[in-house]
Formats: sequence, structure tokens, C-alpha cells
Amino acid sequence: MGHAFYVYTSYGISGFVTLALVLWTVIDGRARRRELAELEASGLRRRSAAPMAETPRS
Amino acid sequence: MTESLAITKFSDLANPTRFLALAARILPWLSALTTLLFAVGLYLAFSTEGDYQQGDTVRIMYVHVPAAWLSMMCYSVMALSAIGTLVWRHPLADVSHKAAAPLGAAFTLIALVTGSLWGKPMWGTWWVWDARLTSVFVLFLMYLGIIALNRAMDDPSRAARVSAVLILVGFVNIPIIKFSVDWWNTLHQPASVIRLGGPTIDGEFLRPLLVMAVAFTLLFFTLHIMAIRNEIWRRRVSTQRRMAARLAGREG
Repeated sequence: MGHAFYVYTSYGISGFVTLALVLWTVIDGRARRRELAELEASGLRRRSAAPMAETPRS
Repeated sequence: MTESLAITKFSDLANPTRFLALAARILPWLSALTTLLFAVGLYLAFSTEGDYQQGDTVRIMYVHVPAAWLSMMCYSVMALSAIGTLVWRHPLADVSHKAAAPLGAAFTLIALVTGSLWGKPMWGTWWVWDARLTSVFVLFLMYLGIIALNRAMDDPSRAARVSAVLILVGFVNIPIIKFSVDWWNTLHQPASVIRLGGPTIDGEFLRPLLVMAVAFTLLFFTLHIMAIRNEIWRRRVSTQRRMAARLAGREG
């Protein structure tokens, strides 16, 4: 096998793992955001969901 | 005065709601900068000269070395977060080391696989059980163990405390990895970039290497911030579901 095989396989595998990691993180974020939106739509809100400016600070 | 201001800023960031607001502001910039640096780094990686001895395989270095650096940096970030969990009992520290573990495992996997693919043409073997390769393999197994431990326990704060102890005990492996090439006779070469006498590597190879290292580091921070944000959202969803179930139980 020529050197090109080792170089391109290295970049291919690194690209695949990196892309999988990015996609997994993005998809996970979207799913959680959807769940939160669904909960909010069903009338559930966090107790501390008031805007930060109104939150009393000690 | 400046110190107290810094502490106030830090504790503001440690508030999950403020962290989410800050993450929303910086993530687009961080992602754009990471993409730009990867574009420049990959261009340099394939446009610079090959090595007079190693030929084109030297290009494997531009992904192998940054991934290996990150595998150790990620563990160090986890160790700092573990201190945050055990000393300050801060929930954001729990979330931080839990979110970093899969990232660390992925970068360690890249370092191991690309190292193996570089070893075959240069050393004549895919793998040897020398001190550097073995200690990095142990690091990979530790990442997997920490991920499994986090997933095995239902109570997130208990899981965080137990894995924080494991992370700190396992931190002993980081200096072993770094100095393994000096302490033992290894097939793996000693340090050639971060060393007391300065880099021994030519500028032709150092430029793409440094650009790729910064790109990988920014990628780690981008993904880490995103993963922390996802974990905060996951915990909010489960808390709200628990509250809803309790309310439903009371009404029923």
C-alpha cells in the first residue's frame, strides 16, 4: 500500500468521528429543545423561569 | 477589587441560566472561527511539503498530534470540573465533566487510530505495547468507564460525585502519558513541540500543526459548551416531568 492510503484513511476516519460528534451534539440539542418547548406548550414552566433581570439577587 | 469582580463574573457564569445566555451569544462566533481555522489548517496540511524521510505520511501528524493533545487537555478540564464537584458541590461542574467525557473518548480514539495508521508505514507495525501507546489506551478505557458510570446511576448528583473521584484518581495517568517517552524506552518519539529547548520541528510542518491544534481546541470548546447546554436542558426536562407526574398524582 502506498503512503496515500494511510494519509487519506487517517483524514477520513478523523473526519468521520469529528462529524459524528458534531451531529450527535446538534441532534441531541434539538431534541432537548423540542422537549422543553412541548412541556412549556402543555402549560409547565420552571419555577425560576422569570427573566433574569427580574430575578432578585442577594 | 479586580479579584472580587473576577469572582463575581465567575459565579455569574456558574449560574446555569446565565451560562445558557452566554452560550447562545458566543456559540455562533466560536463555530464560525473553528470552521475557518479548519479550512486554513487543512489547506496548509495538504499544500506544504512532505518530509524528506517520511514523505506524505507526515501529514498524518496534523490530525494525530492535535487529537492526542486534546485527549489529555479534555481529561484535565474534567479533573478541574471534578474538583468543582467535590469542593464546591456545584451542579454546573457536574454537568461539565459529564459532557466532556464522550468528547475526550472521541479525540483519544482519533489519536489511537491515526497513530496506528502512521505507525504501520513508519515503524512497520500497527501497534506496540510501549509505554506511550499503552498509557493512551488506558486513557481511552478510562473515558469509556466514566461514560458507563455516569449512565449507570439514576441520580445525577450521586453519579457526578462518584465519577469525580474516579476522574481525580485517574488523573495520575496524564503525567505518565506526557513523560512516558522520557521515562521509558519507547518506540514512540519524544516530545518535539512542547519541550524546554523549544520545538525541534521545522517551520514548514510547525505552521499547519499549530493551526490545526488551535482548530481542534476551539472545536473541543464549541462542542463542550453545546454538550453542557444540552445536559442542562436534559435535567430541566426531567425535573419538569417529575413535577408534572407529582401534580398529576395529587390531582388523581
